[in-house]
Amino acid sequence: MAVVIDGLIYASWLFLIAVGLTLIYGVMRILNMAHGSLYALGAYAAASLAGWWLSAGHAPLASYALLVAAAVAVGLVAGPLIERGVLRFSYGRDEIVLVLVTYALFLVLEDVIKLIWGVDPYFVSGPYGLLGSFEVGSLSYPVYNLLLVGAAALAGSALAWALRATRRGKMLLAVIHDREMAAALGIDVGRVYLVTFTMGAMLAALGGALTAPTVSVVPGMGVEVIVLAFAVVVIGGLGSPQGAALGALIVGLVRSAAVHFLPEVELFSIYLVMALVLLVRPRGLFSAPEARRI
Amino acid sequence: MAAVLETVGLTKTFGALAAASDISVRVEEDSVLGLIGGNGAGKTTFLNLITGYLKPTGGRIVYRGREITALSPRQVTHLGICRSFQIPQVFDSLTVIENLLVGTGIAGRALEDRTGAQAAADALLARFHLTAHRLELAGVLPEGIRKLLDIALALVTKPALLLLDEPTSGVSAEEKFALMDLVLGAIRNERVTVLFVEHDMDIVRRYAHRILAFHEGRVIADGPPAEVLASAEVRRLIVGEEPRPAAARG
Amino acid sequence: MSRFGRTEALLAISAAALLAFSPLLPKWALFLVTVALAKGLVVLGLLLLMRAGLVSFGQGLYYAAGAYAAGIAGQMLRISDAAAVVALAAVASCAVAAVVGGLLATYRGIFFAMLSLAFSMILYGLLVKTSALGSTDGFNVAIGTVAGVRLPGASARTGLFALTVGLVFLAALGAHRFLGSHLGRLAPAVRDNELRVEYLGASVRGVVYLNYLLAAGLSGIGGALAGLAVGHIDPEMAYWTTSGEFVFVAILSGSGSVAAPFAGAIAFEVLRSFAYEYSPNTWQLVVGLAMLLVILFLPSGLWSLFTRWRRAR
Repeated sequence: MAVVIDGLIYASWLFLIAVGLTLIYGVMRILNMAHGSLYALGAYAAASLAGWWLSAGHAPLASYALLVAAAVAVGLVAGPLIERGVLRFSYGRDEIVLVLVTYALFLVLEDVIKLIWGVDPYFVSGPYGLLGSFEVGSLSYPVYNLLLVGAAALAGSALAWALRATRRGKMLLAVIHDREMAAALGIDVGRVYLVTFTMGAMLAALGGALTAPTVSVVPGMGVEVIVLAFAVVVIGGLGSPQGAALGALIVGLVRSAAVHFLPEVELFSIYLVMALVLLVRPRGLFSAPEARRI
Repeated sequence: MAAVLETVGLTKTFGALAAASDISVRVEEDSVLGLIGGNGAGKTTFLNLITGYLKPTGGRIVYRGREITALSPRQVTHLGICRSFQIPQVFDSLTVIENLLVGTGIAGRALEDRTGAQAAADALLARFHLTAHRLELAGVLPEGIRKLLDIALALVTKPALLLLDEPTSGVSAEEKFALMDLVLGAIRNERVTVLFVEHDMDIVRRYAHRILAFHEGRVIADGPPAEVLASAEVRRLIVGEEPRPAAARG
Repeated sequence: MSRFGRTEALLAISAAALLAFSPLLPKWALFLVTVALAKGLVVLGLLLLMRAGLVSFGQGLYYAAGAYAAGIAGQMLRISDAAAVVALAAVASCAVAAVVGGLLATYRGIFFAMLSLAFSMILYGLLVKTSALGSTDGFNVAIGTVAGVRLPGASARTGLFALTVGLVFLAALGAHRFLGSHLGRLAPAVRDNELRVEYLGASVRGVVYLNYLLAAGLSGIGGALAGLAVGHIDPEMAYWTTSGEFVFVAILSGSGSVAAPFAGAIAFEVLRSFAYEYSPNTWQLVVGLAMLLVILFLPSGLWSLFTRWRRAR
């Protein structure tokens, strides 16, 4: 039972950091190596905003809204800045060139964070312990973690709904499917790119913002994220949000099982799953078939 | 004459779609075969099956008495079957001579003759009248020249069976015949069997000894050009001619 | 058979000059050049892969594998000859590459880049969890003899420098020969059109695998030399950001000649030492911006950087 709960919590965290990455890849064919930096930006912004709010003596419960608000703000600022200011100039080039561009952005953002917030750690643990904890058998879990699971579920379903039921969302799906055709049908692909990247940035920042109360926010906290996010996304199939959800769930449960039964392999459990999935489905679980070339 | 290629009941289905249905064909050595048919009729699929790009769902392919049904393009090339493509497959960031050197280098290794690679590339360059383009990047060549390069690459390993997929498509009307003359002239003195896919009936009539007409994955006619192109079915389905009404004939 | 052309002459002169001037160089300069040349070997390997159209974000795997192989040979097998442990490092790296390459050779583009990254992170995780190897702290390595010659104290550093220059010279020469050969010509062909390569009768997988092995061997040697020069090895060498650094230097160096990666690596190390002294929190920013400028303003795309090598006449 503990395995399942731990697994779900970790899976929720993984989903939040991975879904933005897979969305950006699906629509724009960009593997955003700066994803971890956006995650970190979200964490720092959340720590600052919520930290200020709480130390000013305002209502503690509102700090949750502030965490989310910080993430949204980061997305709305960093997203367009990056997409319009940098990425736009590399569209149409080799996929790998764009990876290198986002890698360069990662380097830049890591130092930008240090320049803005300095190198000392930030703490905003208030929201973490605020809601108390709940018991399952002999173990107690902070209710906050439930919030994480809820946030992931909400984000996932909101995304699914937005993609399928709204006009904008369907345009996104069209571009994921076939960019050229979508453009030929009159869809403003440039606008779709901007919206997608901004949403992806927001989701990454949300992952960071919700993580901030549980850790000490330090420079370099986003560096590991890209590796984990990529593994989850590869398992699920690049470009598939459902894949990200399934991949996150699988990895979360496997890692949880590893932690409980075989701690030595905990770090590799994610890569093990990835290797196994790739052996059977070289492009991930939900991958699109490829058309004949000649 | 010996059959250089024979397919027996060759079939390829993609789910419910039959791209090739029960194709049984015997190709004699040193002949020139034209493959005609509408889009999606199965001509390129046939070439893809022979060269191992696609694995057949049924039937066999025999080349010079040897079963090649399950072989890969690389293995098939080593046995002496080469092809050119509908969209020329060349190395865009390399110059024309470098393109040919890649090919002759590979062929040279296979034939264990390394020093000849440069000479062979130069010879091909000359034979295909590409000398003027020697140092141009393949990616910026005009379409007709790219086609020539693609076909030249197909001849690098001195194949016994040459498959040309729409060699004159994308080439201007005036240049079509020149291109075909050039290609067939380049192999004139070697015993090379040629299969070429074409939409231009003038080209087919002029160069093919025999025609295979494809329709919906099947071969619906097989014989000399005069016969096949006169067949009512072929005219209706492929050539696209309406039977002339009685009044106009008078 | 042996054509001594312009590049060979340039390499020979550079190597000789470096060796001749080494007694005059201050300690820090000797150290910097040794480390830079060692890293240059990794970059050379990267450039070979990039020529085949593959960007590896995981050369740290072999950089670390080579370093740790050298370190383990020294500590546990009591082999303290620098040349010997470097040779062992090369063997160890190639052995790992023989396995990993088998899986990676199936992939291209983003998948190849990120999977290579993942593999290097697997080694990182392994090293961190292995307390016998010092976990995150790593352990120290010392130079005993260099190619059989015992050099006491400071001259050991000079000996390592000489070994490094020698190996770099051989590697650059070998790379130059390889690139002009038929096998070398297959790499850009694979990058441009794999289908055509197969239809000409060559194995694309074979070409990728070969270049991957070469890159791994070079990285392993580089890692061992760097580890010996610094006197310490740790898991950080396998972290993906280390691999990223190599990628950056590769992009900056381009491929004017086989000497380019080494010149680039030296420039990078010099710039880094100065940048760190003046403003440690903006070094990555500068690197990132430089990379963006190079990529965005390249006239004919990234790959033009890697095709200028050995144009055929």
